Amino acid sequence: MTSTSDERPLLRVRGLTVGFPTAAGTVDVVKSLDFDLARGGALGIVGESGSGKSMTSLAIMGLLPKGAKRTGSIEFDGTELSELREREMQAVRGDRIAMVFQDPLSSLNPYYTVGTQISEAYLSHRTGVTRRQARKVAIEAMERVHIRNAPRRVDHYPHQFSGGMRQRVMIAMTLSMEPDLIIADEPTTALDVTVQAQILDLLAEIRRDTGAGLILITHDLAVVSEVADHLIVMREGDLVEQGAAERIFCDPQEDYTRMLLDAVPRIDDEIGLLRTAAVETGTAEEDR
Amino acid sequence: MIRFLVNRLLGMAVVLFLVCVFTYVIFFVLSPDPAVQICGKNCTPEAIDRIRANLGLDQPFWSQFWTFLTGLFAGRTYGTGANLIDCAAPCLGYSFQSSQPVTEMILQRLPVSATVAIGAAVLWLLAGVSAGLVSAVREGRFTDRFITGLTLTGMSIPNYVLGLSLQFLLVVTLGWLPFPHAVAFGDDPVQWFANFLMPWIVLSIGAAAVYTRLTRANVIETLQENYVRTARAKGLRPGLVWRRHALRPALTPIVTIFGMDFAGLLGGALITETVFGLNGVGKLAADSITKNDQPVIMGVTLLAAFLVVVGNMIVDLLYTTIDPRVRVGSAT
Amino acid sequence: MTFTPTELEAEGAAGGEAIGEPASSSPPASGRRLVRTFLRDRVAVACSAYILIVILMAVFAPLLVKLSGYGPLEFDQSAVDSNLGGLPLGWGGGIGADHWFGVEPGNGRDIFARIVYGARVSMTIALLATALTSVLGVVFGLVAGYFGGRIDMVVSRVMEFLMAFPALIFMIAVLSALPAENRQALLVVVISFFGWPYLARIVRGQTMSLKQREFVESAKASGASSAQIIFKEILPNLSSTIIVMTTLAVPGYVGTEAGLSFLGVGVVPPTPSWGQMIASSVPWYAVDPAYFLFPGAFLFLLVLSFTVLGDRIKKIAESGEARS
Repeated sequence: MTSTSDERPLLRVRGLTVGFPTAAGTVDVVKSLDFDLARGGALGIVGESGSGKSMTSLAIMGLLPKGAKRTGSIEFDGTELSELREREMQAVRGDRIAMVFQDPLSSLNPYYTVGTQISEAYLSHRTGVTRRQARKVAIEAMERVHIRNAPRRVDHYPHQFSGGMRQRVMIAMTLSMEPDLIIADEPTTALDVTVQAQILDLLAEIRRDTGAGLILITHDLAVVSEVADHLIVMREGDLVEQGAAERIFCDPQEDYTRMLLDAVPRIDDEIGLLRTAAVETGTAEEDR
Repeated sequence: MIRFLVNRLLGMAVVLFLVCVFTYVIFFVLSPDPAVQICGKNCTPEAIDRIRANLGLDQPFWSQFWTFLTGLFAGRTYGTGANLIDCAAPCLGYSFQSSQPVTEMILQRLPVSATVAIGAAVLWLLAGVSAGLVSAVREGRFTDRFITGLTLTGMSIPNYVLGLSLQFLLVVTLGWLPFPHAVAFGDDPVQWFANFLMPWIVLSIGAAAVYTRLTRANVIETLQENYVRTARAKGLRPGLVWRRHALRPALTPIVTIFGMDFAGLLGGALITETVFGLNGVGKLAADSITKNDQPVIMGVTLLAAFLVVVGNMIVDLLYTTIDPRVRVGSAT
Repeated sequence: MTFTPTELEAEGAAGGEAIGEPASSSPPASGRRLVRTFLRDRVAVACSAYILIVILMAVFAPLLVKLSGYGPLEFDQSAVDSNLGGLPLGWGGGIGADHWFGVEPGNGRDIFARIVYGARVSMTIALLATALTSVLGVVFGLVAGYFGGRIDMVVSRVMEFLMAFPALIFMIAVLSALPAENRQALLVVVISFFGWPYLARIVRGQTMSLKQREFVESAKASGASSAQIIFKEILPNLSSTIIVMTTLAVPGYVGTEAGLSFLGVGVVPPTPSWGQMIASSVPWYAVDPAYFLFPGAFLFLLVLSFTVLGDRIKKIAESGEARS
């Protein structure tokens, strides 16, 4: 987050508030949030469930649930997203900002092959492309997330993949469009511990190779420590603390952050363990 | 795939066999002695014994059942000596009241029943699914509540009440439609349509209501699925999200139910056919009840059970091609 | 097709899923709130009122008939015109001070009295069938779901077998084959015999998921017997499902009884039943529509009321659980 500070940030969020109208008045789940994300930067948003971190990501995507109210400014690459019409927002979604969701099984449609689902965005954002081209793009994307046998696997259905492989498919889906920003909402929570590390490595690798910005949303500081260079800690819709990742890990200013850190003792040990475990079980899970 | 098929066929055979046993036991044990019925008023014990021997009713239960079963596959003959009655291959029995094999009686009436069932099925599928979609799109608004109200009414009105009301209104009072009687399609298509219109409406209304509710519930549920959110996050057009990611998963379960309901109907819409005096299998069954013509009732029951079981199996097979998750033989 | 298995099945599936997470505790306050929600719903209140009226009619049938002056089996030849083939005299099928709903063509029996006594038959059969179905469905569902294994396999196979049957035709077959001594009891048994799997299947599914829950585990760990766990831990959690499913089953059974009587295999004359009254009105409906309209309207409204009520109760149960 330091080297690019002189440029205009990729994402600039100011005063973002998300509220839900209830019988007892509007309840704000995100309260006046400010943060920046530099080009190619990796931001971790950390908080317990109900802290508003997922709502923040959905607000950026313009995918908030029905009834939710969003105010404040979200400036993405010089464009004010909150002023875009739904039509224009569609062109941004998937193409320039892509998202990886928590539960890869339920996030993939069981009725279509993974190839169809990966190439879908490509087909709808690029005009005049053939199905064959789209299929090639899907295979390439699958190869980039290290799915073996991609030309064959592209015609398989989600239920034929293991949990970690499904999440790779989800990531491949975002890659096909080469987005400027990838938002990963709890990408490892639904996965086995050993697979978690592999997926995190993959996200780090992709960020390095493509130069895309990354927002990693998680409740787990161990996850974020590996990938993010900047951190935001949220609690009940409020921003508790933000700063460089290293600084927050070594010298947390707020009690709440300290509490979160204490909940994950021996972070380094654990990551180390994950690493070795991943190496021992082989780099990728075998095809089932 | 072949193993799956064989398994399914075996299961089907077992169910059908049980249906046969079940039905046969009920009619064998509980029904009044057919010999007494056939014999009529001026009956002597000797005459009854003769009839019993002719029909094989003096045989023990299992032997009679065996004759019945073989009759299903190879046909059988009734009586002895000069007055032999032949009952050809799928022999479901012989109606002594109308002096006709049951199979023949059913086959004669099957076209009418099929016409009624197919027309009604098309109607309820179209009406149910489209009304359900509209209701789901307008969830919570006036249109949705209006349609929901209609479905509750449609589910509640007994079809003979609806049939008689429609007949009173459209035929007797307004004279818009003719009194239903089977007209061949080739003779006069317009008449044919006018004649079957009421039976179709009456028969389809309950199912249409149920399908509306089912479609609505499925679509609303599917729209909340995570994969629909994924599709939106990809920036797909709303139309595409709907068509590809919401409708297909929402409508697939309806195929299952449709197959079973339709198969159930082919075996005869008893009440509707009776109300409109259409000479289908259902009316045959209803008439046989009045006349206490046991072999016919049993034949229709077996046919209906057969159709439902076969329908179930076809749906199962169909499902394996529609839903990739249950597709058999794919590498998992 | 008065009784479509799909209807129950569809409702059951929808209901079962929504009620998949029964509230583990239902404080009285929320119960009172549910009642309040219900009372504010005018349609639901109207439906309950109509059902109540029919029940009262059924209970006080002898009294009502005394008030109106004619019994259900009494012939009144003075009310019909024998020159016109027995058409009732006067407007609307002979409606008047003597015969509130008119009389039957032909023999002049009082329609009001027959409606009132018919309500008795309809309600008795429908409610008894519901009770019997519920007991069978809950018991088999609980046993299959809780014990699993071989017991579950047997029960599940039997359920599949019964549900694969064309129920209406088979009911007709059974009823026409069986001797006609106690028709009403027979109807209850036959309807329940084919009806219980629809409830049992849902109860089985929920029992299987409840069995995995912590409170059952802890009861087991503290040494409770199977019977204690089933009745104290699991059954209370199924109550809302059972209530919803049974309310939704009643209209089906009212319709089934009427349909079977309409086809002539249900309640036999001279005992009045609404379905059978409609059947005997068929030859007359063009010249004497009132004969058909009274039982038709009473039957339709009763089925409708139960259906709407079931629908509302289901919604309230769902929203109640969503809140807790």
